[in-house]
Formats: sequence, C-alpha cells, structure tokens
Amino acid sequence: MNLDRKLQILADAAKYDASCASSGAAKKDSRGGKGVGSTGGAGICHSYTPDGRCISLLKVLLTNVCLYDCHYCINRRSSNVQRALFTPDEVVKLTLDFYKRNYIEGLFLSSGIVRSADYTMELVIEVARRLREEHHFRGYIHLKTIPEASPELIEKAGRYADRISINIELPTQASLDRFAPEKNLANTQGAMGGIRTRIDEVADARKEFRQIQNRPRVKPPTFATSQSTQMIVGADDSSDSVVLGRADELYRDYKLKRVYYSGFSPIPEPSVILPLKAPPLIREHRLYQADWLLRFYGFDVKELLPKENPNLDLEIDPKLSWAIRNRQFFPVDINRAPQEMLWRIPGIGVRNVSRILAARRYVNLKLTDLLRMRVSLKKVLPFIIAADHTPSFGLLESDQLRTQFLAKPKQLELDFSAPAPTNADQIITLNGQL
Amino acid sequence: MITAIVDHTVHSWRLKARELLRRGIPPEKIDWCAENGEKSLLPAEEMSSVSPSREIKVPADFLPLATSVCAHTDPRRWAILYRLLYRLTHGGEKHLLKMPSDPDTRQCQMWAKAVGRDIHKMHAFVRFRLIHVDESTGKEEFIAWFEPTYRIVRLGTPFFVKRFANMDWSILTPDECAHWNGKHLTFLPGANRHQVPDSDAHDDLWRTYYRSIFNPARLKVKAMQSEIPQKYWKNLPEASIISELIAGSKNRVDEMLETPERPVKPMPNNAYLRSLHTKEKSPETP
Repeated sequence: MNLDRKLQILADAAKYDASCASSGAAKKDSRGGKGVGSTGGAGICHSYTPDGRCISLLKVLLTNVCLYDCHYCINRRSSNVQRALFTPDEVVKLTLDFYKRNYIEGLFLSSGIVRSADYTMELVIEVARRLREEHHFRGYIHLKTIPEASPELIEKAGRYADRISINIELPTQASLDRFAPEKNLANTQGAMGGIRTRIDEVADARKEFRQIQNRPRVKPPTFATSQSTQMIVGADDSSDSVVLGRADELYRDYKLKRVYYSGFSPIPEPSVILPLKAPPLIREHRLYQADWLLRFYGFDVKELLPKENPNLDLEIDPKLSWAIRNRQFFPVDINRAPQEMLWRIPGIGVRNVSRILAARRYVNLKLTDLLRMRVSLKKVLPFIIAADHTPSFGLLESDQLRTQFLAKPKQLELDFSAPAPTNADQIITLNGQL
Repeated sequence: MITAIVDHTVHSWRLKARELLRRGIPPEKIDWCAENGEKSLLPAEEMSSVSPSREIKVPADFLPLATSVCAHTDPRRWAILYRLLYRLTHGGEKHLLKMPSDPDTRQCQMWAKAVGRDIHKMHAFVRFRLIHVDESTGKEEFIAWFEPTYRIVRLGTPFFVKRFANMDWSILTPDECAHWNGKHLTFLPGANRHQVPDSDAHDDLWRTYYRSIFNPARLKVKAMQSEIPQKYWKNLPEASIISELIAGSKNRVDEMLETPERPVKPMPNNAYLRSLHTKEKSPETP
C-alpha cells in the first residue's frame, strides 16, 4: 500500500479526536543545535477545513487495526473499514517533511490497540523517540495513551511528548459497559492520576534546577506539561449534568488542561448497537460554553445545572440562562461591583471584565465605553447599572425576559407537495450554518 | 510647520520623535512624511543633533506599541503616535496608555492589534518549498512567497529563525525579502511571486491529508472562511479542493446513513483481550 493511501486511511481514522491544541508546551527552539522546530508560544492554526476546525498538527493513527469493540468508533474490530499500518519511519518522515514546510506545529499520534496495550504503546513511543533523539525535533508532540498500558510505558511516553492524553469517552461505567466493553473508568482515572503526579514532580524538579547556583552537568527531567481528555456527547443517554459533573471532577482531581466534548457523529461503518443520528452540534457548543464558565468565571456545576434542569438550555447560552433564573443578583453596577460579580453579567467576557476593572480606576464607565469594548448592549442592558444607565422598572421582573433573547423564528412556507424530509435532510438542517 | 521624514521602521520614527520632543515641538506643528527615496525639493528645517539633555521617560508599554504601529500602513500613524508621546511626556498624562476610552490610545491599540494579527497570520500561512539539498552536508534550502498586509517582515521573521535555525530559507514578499543562511538574517528589497516555484512535490500529500481529516457531517463553511481571510487562499495548495469537499459532503453523509449496521463480531483469540474481560467480571476490591 503506498504512502498516500495509508495517509488517507489513517488520517480519516483519526478525525474523531477533537483535540488540536499546539500551545502550552515548554519553551524550546533549534538555535545552536542540529535539529528543527520550536514550541512555547500560542498555538498556531496553519489551515482550516470546511468543518470549521483548525489544522495545527499532523493527526494520524499509527494503525487502525484494533482489538477493542467500541461501538461509536470507525476503527472497532467489528467494522469493515480497510486497515492500514504506518512504519515508525513513515510517520517520522511525514511529520518532518510537513513541519519544515511550516504546514504543521507538530504531531498528534494515536493508535488502535494491536496485540496488547503495551505492545501498541511501545510502537507509538518509538515514533516519538526517533523524532526527539535521532532528528532532534523540537516541535510539538501530542501522544495518546492507553490506560491499560504499564505505568512505566506511560511515563516513557510523557518524556517525549508536550501533551499526553487518555480519552475517557463516556462519563459513567454503565455507558462504557454498553458501548465500549473493553474500557474501564477506574483504570482510566488511575492512569490520569499517575500522569498528574508525574507532571507535578517534573515541574517541581525543573523549578528547583533553575534555582541551583552551581548547575550539575545532569539535565533536568522532561515530561509533558499537561494532559487532556475527550468525552463523546449524544451517544449514550447521559445528561449534561452527568457529563459536566464528570468533567468538573476530572479538572479538580487530575488538573487536566482541557476536556473536549465531541458530538457523536455519523461514521461510515455504523454499529447495530449504536444507531446513527445527527451530530448534536448545538449541545456540544453549550457544553463548551458551560465548561468555560466552570474554569474561568467561577461557576459551580450545580449552579448551571440544578436538579430540576439536568440539561443546558439549547436556545440561550448557559450564563444568560443562569442570570434569568437568578435575577435577585441583578442589576450589577459595573463601576462598583467586584470582579466575581462582573464575571456573572451575561454578555461580558473575562477580557472585558479586565478592561472594565482597568478603565474604571480613571473614569466612570458609560454605555459608550461598553460599546467600544464590543459588548452586546442588547444582552447586557437589563442586567447592569452604568454611569448613564439603569434598567427600566419591571424589566428584570418580566415573564418575557427569556423570550426577548431567543432567535426570531423563521416564517416557514408549508409545501404539501414536497416529499417528507428524510433523515439526511434533518442532518443537513441541523448541522448547516449555525 | 516642520517636515519630518521617516521610513517604516520604528527606529527611524523614534530618532525623529526624540529630537522633536527635546525641542518641545507640539504635535500640530509637524508634518510627517514617508521616505520615498527622493530628496525633497524644499529645504527641510535643519534637524541637527542637539546635545543630549535629560532622558525622556515613557511608560514601558510605549515602545512595543510604537514598534507595532509603525509597521501599519495608515498615513496618520506617525502623527497620532507622536501626539500620544507628547501627551504622555510634556502633557503629563502619565496613565494615558491604560485608558482605552481615550481616542488616541484606542486608535494606536487597534493599529497594533491589526499588525499583531498580521504577524500571527504570517507565522501560520507562510508555506516553504524545498528547492535544494546540499549533497555533502545534507543542508536543505527552502523558499516561500507571502503577501502580508502590513510592513511586518522584520517583525515576523525572528520566529522562523528560532524554529528553522538549521535550514537555509528565504521568505519573499512584495515589500521586502528575508534570508537566513544559518548565521545571519538579512533583508533585501521586495520580489515578485514568479521567483518562487508554484508547487512542491509535497502538495499532493498535503491535499490527501487535508481531505481525509475533514468531517463531512459537520459542515461549517462560514467558520472556515472567517478564520482564513480571502487574500491568503490563493497561496495555499489546499484551496483547490475545498469546493469539491463541500459539494460532496451531503452525499458522503447520505451514504453513511444508508449503510446497513454492522453486527458485532465475536471476540478474537487474544490473551490480552481475554484478561481485560475476566478482570471486569470479578467484583471490585474495596
């Protein structure tokens, strides 16, 4: 099988892993040496595909042969997809050739499980080792790790990678039992715990090393700077409350850099256990918004998803939804309120909160100042007090508060002569320009 | 009215601005002009180097701001930058840079931001082509054509020096060209795109990758178009297959939906797999 065909099969096999980050790595470059590459700044998106996603890394599977039978996955053993396998040198060459032309920031390497978890990990690690040690590659490497592999191998993988990750895939063991019978939540969490410990240890060791006056010739240890994970949304029946509850726990217990939410998408080899459906793109979008609220805006999962609302509102964003359910906190005076309250105003993001805090030391902020910061006044007006504005009486009390934020319904023409919409039509209408 | 002639570098503006500031010339008395290589017919007021008096103090933020603003192409930039500088020093408005509500600060920050975005796009969309490999040393030589919006060649190329320190490369743009030979980064006048080969043997592999990594069930063309402005598309090899990818998505998704569901295949004879399943069946240890 020629290289082009292998690349086609093994890139196609890798597309359902949403992670594309190339930022957050330790600073390194290739001056004064013999290698190629640099990391340490913001990530760079070198291209975009028509699904709106950025291409930052060469994202491939080493092989799509797999022993496991995860029913959402195109590569599972029950699938009839054509199988292929790269040699380590083929992946190394592809990575370096694209990298030197500035098409990519680095490599994202995953694999189907072949022969055993350890056997597969060793193959994956070998690619990274050749890049780092033989070609002195200083670009970005993200390695996917198999939780069932031995801790020594997971540690070795971390030494060559900037980011290491294990996909938790589904938020409960019951869902895993049904859709991914070889995966185990406790195993995955155990592996994440081991990685977190190692990340912290190496970070401390490097810090100490920098402070030592007479540096010994020994170099400090290297390890990935962060780990991340992915959950599939819409394959099982877990509510947003369960999904975000699990994500919150993972952020706290394992200091993950990111949780990715991947809407379950139709695959070319559907499983009888898991019928295809339209990808839940809006739900995925709301989960990301809620995730940001947990990490950067000081929200708690229970505030966003109380018992009576286990799923996020699809029609309005989660912060606005919270504000409407908790009107007693508003209106907030932007010239006086503390940062934590400013974060809670619908329509004002963390950057604008910083700008507000900086500017209000010198000036009393008016609506024109907010306009200049590109804040949507329509969203913000009922909830704030500014130097020249207070919300009109009764606005916050109104029953209609939520409806005024909904997108206007489109007037549809009913055509009784047209055939009934097919499944495919539904998918197109749901995933069309959102 | 004093005429001040500068080129697009911050160095040139800075020298003039320092002079004018020392002499206490207010912003409205200065006419800033771009250097166009021709000697002016009118005698410019003598800009003799005055003996250095006391140091002029500006906030640390000012110089990076000025560096970015000078790389912009708006003809008003030098005047507004000088006015900002004058207000910060002679005008005593020390916190001016921290007040986004001030029009001069705001304008300069917007220009700096546009230049910053342009530099980031340069790092993202410069595409090298291999033109030569030295048989004895194995050293590779690359060349790229790029069309930035602003005068950012000097600001954007140090990134490539750090990343590709051990390759020889050149980046050609209409305004200015940068060359790296492993030791020095040199700048030469602008070139034209025919000096760079149109394609590279790797373009086909890249297009294969681009086509394969795309998920047809998640079409979002507007998002793609907003991230890569129209002007960059003509220099990207993947541009030629985008319309076919978009047109073919619906059929690909239809095909997936019409594919009969696969039954579950029996477990293969594999010791590792068996061990996973027996482990799960045993009760959890407390």
